[in-house]
Amino acid sequence: MRALRVHQVGPGVAVQDFGRPGYLAKGLTRGGAADLLAVHEGAALLRQSPDRAVLEMVGTGGTFEATEDTVIALTGAAMTASIDGAAAVWNASHALPAGASLVIGPTREGTYGYLHVSGGFATEPVLGARATHQSTGLGALVARGDALPMGNATATPGMTLPRDARFNGGQVRIVPSMQTEDFSIETRERFENTVFQRDPRANRQGVRMDSNEGFSNPDQLSVVSEVIVPGDIQIAGDGAPFVLLAESQTTGGYPRIGTVLPCDLPRVVQAPTGAELRFAFVTLDEGIAVQARADAAWAALGKAVHPLVRDPADMQDLLSYQLVGGVVSAMDEG
Amino acid sequence: MTEFPKIRSVGLGGVLVTFGDKATDAANRAAIAFRGAVDALALPQIEESSSTLVSAFFRVDLAQHGFAPLRDALAEVVAQQDWLAAELPPGRTLWTIPAVFGGPRAPQFGEAAEAAGLTAEAALAELTGTRLRVLTIGFAPGQPYLGTLGTHWDIPRQVGLTPHVPQGALVAAVRQVCLFAKDTPTGWRHVGQSAFRCFRPDAAEPFLLTPGDEVQFADVSQTELERLEAHGVDGTERTVLG
Repeated sequence: MRALRVHQVGPGVAVQDFGRPGYLAKGLTRGGAADLLAVHEGAALLRQSPDRAVLEMVGTGGTFEATEDTVIALTGAAMTASIDGAAAVWNASHALPAGASLVIGPTREGTYGYLHVSGGFATEPVLGARATHQSTGLGALVARGDALPMGNATATPGMTLPRDARFNGGQVRIVPSMQTEDFSIETRERFENTVFQRDPRANRQGVRMDSNEGFSNPDQLSVVSEVIVPGDIQIAGDGAPFVLLAESQTTGGYPRIGTVLPCDLPRVVQAPTGAELRFAFVTLDEGIAVQARADAAWAALGKAVHPLVRDPADMQDLLSYQLVGGVVSAMDEG
Repeated sequence: MTEFPKIRSVGLGGVLVTFGDKATDAANRAAIAFRGAVDALALPQIEESSSTLVSAFFRVDLAQHGFAPLRDALAEVVAQQDWLAAELPPGRTLWTIPAVFGGPRAPQFGEAAEAAGLTAEAALAELTGTRLRVLTIGFAPGQPYLGTLGTHWDIPRQVGLTPHVPQGALVAAVRQVCLFAKDTPTGWRHVGQSAFRCFRPDAAEPFLLTPGDEVQFADVSQTELERLEAHGVDGTERTVLG
């Protein structure tokens, strides 16, 4: 069996993919990788489908060894990484020969790091997916001694992608949602004008936003529990916003002031504790247009993959990609 | 007021059709019936659907399909009939689930009966004689909220939480019974105990219950419950409703 052996591993490492759609009516949210852009970036680097399973790593990675030659890619939150002692650059693909020691250490920037292998991880699917749904106990965290089965595919090592600015907070666009109008205009304006810090209280279900302001609406207690979509910003009983993520519950009784655009959600999930975040409303039509452009840009990431060499010509490519490719501009406008 | 039914976008992730702002039985029936009617149309943009206490939700990628076409298609279905008076969809299932009421396995049965102003006998007769509807499923995978009991069962949640109420427990509050999918801290009162497992990730049918299904509890002795538990079964019987 082609496998990645786990010799040591941090406390927050799990197999993820796009999760399990189709079970909302049964009370199970989709789950899946927290930073879907990082999943697309890894797939672009390895020239494979983004639905291949990956390893999601929080805080630190571990020490790994492949049983056969493979190619890996590292994306998302940058972590220290080396292969047999040689530093391995983040946002790039690398050859991992059989028996070589891959060491992934602490996070340097951002929150969720990703390890991709060519062909993807081939663990046994449960309910149609390999994603670990930690809040409901579907699947288990990766443990020392595990041998994670790997698929088999060819990929080119030494390729890289430009890195965007989503790892240190910033501005996030939101659309009005089902309960936005239950909040007064004054409350919504104050919400947009508040600079939040990402609270340490955060996991795959949601991220709390800290500030000196409260945003409760007076009728809050009478709200009937209603459906949640990823990116919904609920205002909890103490007035603090929580951005809900893919592993939240299917419904919730706290009102939602708005919903983060899916293309801006990676900026929320990657913001480290204390990073500053601001929320800006766009109309539903604007949100749809921005998201459609981002979807196209994510699907075209493969065009921005280039060899990992310091060459002015490549820097030129990188620059032009940022201007026309849409990913960076989709993140920073508005 | 013609405020309801209300059709709203939910982020860029779907469209919600809401039949009331209070958790009434009629709004719940409407949500379940409406969801069934829209599912039967098999609109290609809808990737999945669900229903909450008072709403039907249709998951749609609005960035790909836009909101207005879906809103208009759903408004057409809304206009077809008075959904608050609609029949529930056919093909639902009646589940008969054995449970113990009172005693050490369901220690708050007496207290809940008293709060409802009923004798223990009358409370047992109502909890086992009423066909309850799966109003919605949520909080934990597969976990049903069942209703709707008579108005005297509008008993509030207790102020303090009971730290551990086990999987399979029947807990009562606000005219509903919830059947716990896992050990949960709760302010609802622990009135019954079954061997039913709401979520069976390794089984061919991981989730048995669907919103709109009906559940009737059958009173069994503690000895009988423990016999079922010892055999790893729950004693549930299913009947398809016409």
